[in-house]
Amino acid sequence: MTASEPSGIRVQNVGLTLGTRKFRFDCELPGGAITAITGPSGSGKSTLLNLIAGFETPDSGKISIGGSNVTALHPSQRPVSLVFQDNNLFAHLDLATNIGLGIHPALKLTSGDRKRISEALERVGLGGYEKRMPGTLSGGERQRAAFARALVRQRPVLLLDEPFAALDPGLRQSMARLLLELHRETGNTVAIVTHDAGEVRQLADHALFIDHGEVALQAEIEVFLMRRDVPGLTEFLDL
Amino acid sequence: MLTKAERQRGYAGGGVVFAGITLFIALAVIALLFFDSGDTGRPLFDAYVWRILRFTLLQAGLSTLLSVALALPLALALARQPKFPGRIWIIRLMAVPMGLPVLIGALGLIGIWGRTGVLNSGLAMIGVSDPVSIYGLSGILIAHVFFNLPLACRLLLAGLERLPPEYWRLSASLGLPSFSVFRFVEWPAVKPLLAGIAGLVFMLCATSFTLVLVLGGGPAATTLEVAIYQSLRFDFDPARAISLSLLQIAVTASVLALMALLPTPGDDNAATGRSARRFDGGSSAARFWDGIFIVLAVLFLCLPLVSILVAGVKADFARLLTTPVFWKAVWTSVWIALMAAMISLAAAITIINARAALADSRKPGLTARSFSALLASLSSLVLLVPPVVIGTGWFLLLRPYGEVSRFAPLLVVMINAMTALPFVMRVLSPAFAIHRQRTARQATNLGVFGFTRLRLIDLPVLKTPLATALSFAMALSLGDLGAVALFGSEDLVTLPWLVYSRLGSYRTADADGFALILALLCLGLTIAGTAGQRDRKDERG
Amino acid sequence: MRKRIFSLAAVLTAALSFALPAHAQEKKTLTVYTYESFVAEWGPGPKVKAAFEKTCDCTVNFVAVADGVALLTRLKLEGAGTKADIALGLDTNLVKEAIDTGLFDKSGVDTAKLTVPGGYQDDIFVPYDYGHFAVVYDTQTLKNPPKSLKELVEGDPSQKIVIQDPRTSTPGLGLLLWVKSVYGDKAPEAWAQLKKRVLTVTPGWSEAYGMFTKGEVPMVLSYTTSPAYHMVEDKSDRYQAAAFSEGHYIQIEVAGLLKNTPNRELAQKFLSFMVTPAFQDEIATTNWMMPVTATDKPLPDAFDKLVKPSKTFLMDPAQVANNRRAWIDEWLAAMSLN
Repeated sequence: MTASEPSGIRVQNVGLTLGTRKFRFDCELPGGAITAITGPSGSGKSTLLNLIAGFETPDSGKISIGGSNVTALHPSQRPVSLVFQDNNLFAHLDLATNIGLGIHPALKLTSGDRKRISEALERVGLGGYEKRMPGTLSGGERQRAAFARALVRQRPVLLLDEPFAALDPGLRQSMARLLLELHRETGNTVAIVTHDAGEVRQLADHALFIDHGEVALQAEIEVFLMRRDVPGLTEFLDL
Repeated sequence: MLTKAERQRGYAGGGVVFAGITLFIALAVIALLFFDSGDTGRPLFDAYVWRILRFTLLQAGLSTLLSVALALPLALALARQPKFPGRIWIIRLMAVPMGLPVLIGALGLIGIWGRTGVLNSGLAMIGVSDPVSIYGLSGILIAHVFFNLPLACRLLLAGLERLPPEYWRLSASLGLPSFSVFRFVEWPAVKPLLAGIAGLVFMLCATSFTLVLVLGGGPAATTLEVAIYQSLRFDFDPARAISLSLLQIAVTASVLALMALLPTPGDDNAATGRSARRFDGGSSAARFWDGIFIVLAVLFLCLPLVSILVAGVKADFARLLTTPVFWKAVWTSVWIALMAAMISLAAAITIINARAALADSRKPGLTARSFSALLASLSSLVLLVPPVVIGTGWFLLLRPYGEVSRFAPLLVVMINAMTALPFVMRVLSPAFAIHRQRTARQATNLGVFGFTRLRLIDLPVLKTPLATALSFAMALSLGDLGAVALFGSEDLVTLPWLVYSRLGSYRTADADGFALILALLCLGLTIAGTAGQRDRKDERG
Repeated sequence: MRKRIFSLAAVLTAALSFALPAHAQEKKTLTVYTYESFVAEWGPGPKVKAAFEKTCDCTVNFVAVADGVALLTRLKLEGAGTKADIALGLDTNLVKEAIDTGLFDKSGVDTAKLTVPGGYQDDIFVPYDYGHFAVVYDTQTLKNPPKSLKELVEGDPSQKIVIQDPRTSTPGLGLLLWVKSVYGDKAPEAWAQLKKRVLTVTPGWSEAYGMFTKGEVPMVLSYTTSPAYHMVEDKSDRYQAAAFSEGHYIQIEVAGLLKNTPNRELAQKFLSFMVTPAFQDEIATTNWMMPVTATDKPLPDAFDKLVKPSKTFLMDPAQVANNRRAWIDEWLAAMSLN
């Protein structure tokens, strides 16, 4: 779990203007590690994630994943999987279809693919839920299904945008555990945007603090938690 | 939350409006049914009547199919290209046909699609000798698509805009090809809307009057509405008017019944032009085909409007604006429109208050509940019996009491007020419901009643929806030819009637000039109404 | 709020009822119902009005409907309560039906000296002009005009004609009777075939002729006299009438006095005025029909160049009255075939 792992993410001098808001990011997310992206609301956490996922194209600078330049690539061509806070599943499609789309985007599935879908559901604790519609599941179950899709996608990078923010505190704990387990099994690179200091402590190997559209601090988690000289960070950690 | 007196006033008002509207419609229908038309020695439903029914359904079916089938790819293209130049204006353009008087739209369409119109002249220049005909079935279809494609497109677009933005990011991230996006994202979003939209468009086309009157081209291309009008004004054949009216009611009743079973397509104002970021329209092929489709649709919708403008500005306005008959027509039109809109609003508010009073009673009994349901269906009742049928009935009722044209202004006002009622209700009732929900408890708790409540609490919030409803109802009434055509005489000249009669008597330049004035008037009203609404939306975020 | 709106509506209702009618009634007004082209700016209406108003202390108020049949329908609709003093623009095909309504009274005008083809005589209706129906075509777009009704019926369906509705228009009714006269029981088949050439059916002559001169259609049902208008006013031979070998149906236009008129004397005076040169002079060059009596001004030379029908059709008014509805139903049935 060091920066030399192949699927590390490097954001070099990336500049972006959205309307009147300016962003300038320069940071590194070590490969094979979980990096927490934190900061006050509106600071640009999600924008950084969108840049890595490819939903925003930088005005300047370069983004590379695992050493190769992805700055100009379409989101589908980047080696990443995504989990949002909500709406991770198409509400009108059953779980098998939702997850199957992660394997083949035109849903041409072999029996082997179907088996993988069932296994992934099993793995996240939703065994036998293939035909269930997202509307019939609880919020936690829907997020588990999203994890199952990330599993079958087998992409080296997993980006999570406040994935547990809509869940009850008890549920967050168990979801965080599931995330950790999956991370250990796959050894993937994880970037998680979160508001929750507890989550940062529980999950992260590494953390970024974003403020006013810039990376105010990036550090190993032990160092990150000790720092008292970054404005705003103390309030955040004490919360 | 209402005082007892307020509740009782609510019941009473609801009763009066309900009785008034029901009587107004029922008397007309009864008059029709019991009119002694003498023995015509003819079956009530002869071959001609059945053919009209067949044509009415055929043209409405084809118009619906074309409008919806073309609206779908247009809505998809507009949703896929959020950065298309002038996209917001294109979406606003699609609100224009709604506010444009049908007669004026027909004029514009003739300017483009007529034998000597832009399109056929162009075709002739490139050697195509068989021109597209704006008369008969093809003309009716073109015109119905012109008016209903934008409506369908806006409703579909609204459905697409309601999708969570994550869906587009997911689709992009999963690398869904465009067909998969259609199959898994877009189609599931629009599919539940299609039936309701198709029902609405079918209803509008099946009861289309002015377009068929102007573009019909004879008995082969006549709808029930126009045939009723003709059987009365052309033939004075009440027997036939009755059989046609019965068929018309049967048709609208079955369409309404079917529509009641379908999900409603939602608010057509929902298409705000705001759109989620899309990541799938960027390829040059997608941009090319979407662009072609959007540009063609814009041309189709814009050219007739341009034609109205171009033909209109050529008119001799100095002369037109000094013609006494013009000012008389403006005066009559505006009075009728204002009266009709006010009556419509008053009726709508009374119905809304009555329903609120009924809902407010602690234990609403079966009577209260069914009365509330009846009040709610009142605006459908208005749709059930088309204006031309109501007009025909009242015509026969009033005939024994002297010249019908004396009552004409009042009847036109009433019919226009009825026609506007469903639209007014649609604007006002959600606004009133939300407002009541937000303020009723507080106001009652603070003891704010009567005029103070109106001034401080109700009007500041409700003035925008009221203005929207008023301007929309006025625009609808201003552009109406149907009711006026039935009673129209030299004593009752409205602007659309002026345009129509100028058209008939060779004076096309004058007609074009008046048409432009009328179009600007109606569009101005519609824009004023919807602008207020947009502000309100922004306010709420 | 509800109350306020209601009271506002009441005020408006009152305002409207004051605003709308209110006619000045100092001078006597003679109300004449007629067809649209009669009162058009270029039609006889304005000149006739001016000429007659000079002779009486009165105002002539023309009320125009789409065409002659619509005029009769309107009178039937309004019944005895009609405001009309005079109905101007029925034709002989309608007189029986018009008389049967009981709304008309004797004209008191001596029509014996009038020269009307077929010598039409009636003590109720006063004939004021006549003309033969004809298909008028645009020589610039139609090189082979039909030479007979049969050729019109059977000709190229892509060459369109605009006709008038027999339920509203006297030319429309004229064509119906013309086809009936030539085809007899085979008329429905003829209409079913002619329908393919009909671009559209208008309620009145004005609309049809307007479409024709705008170039929307190369043929229109009008009169043998119509080309004279273009020769005299436009100095153009572009529009010509097609001579049909079977012969042409004639129209004799008439005016009548309403029984319930409060202005009987004035109305009779107007009817008498219609057969004087002051009125008849205007007929040839503004209504573009043939006058029924001597005129002060000679007819324009263009009238010599017009089609002279080889044979004239005219049905007995009683026969028309008995069959009009049935024949119109026949026409509707044939024309509504898809």
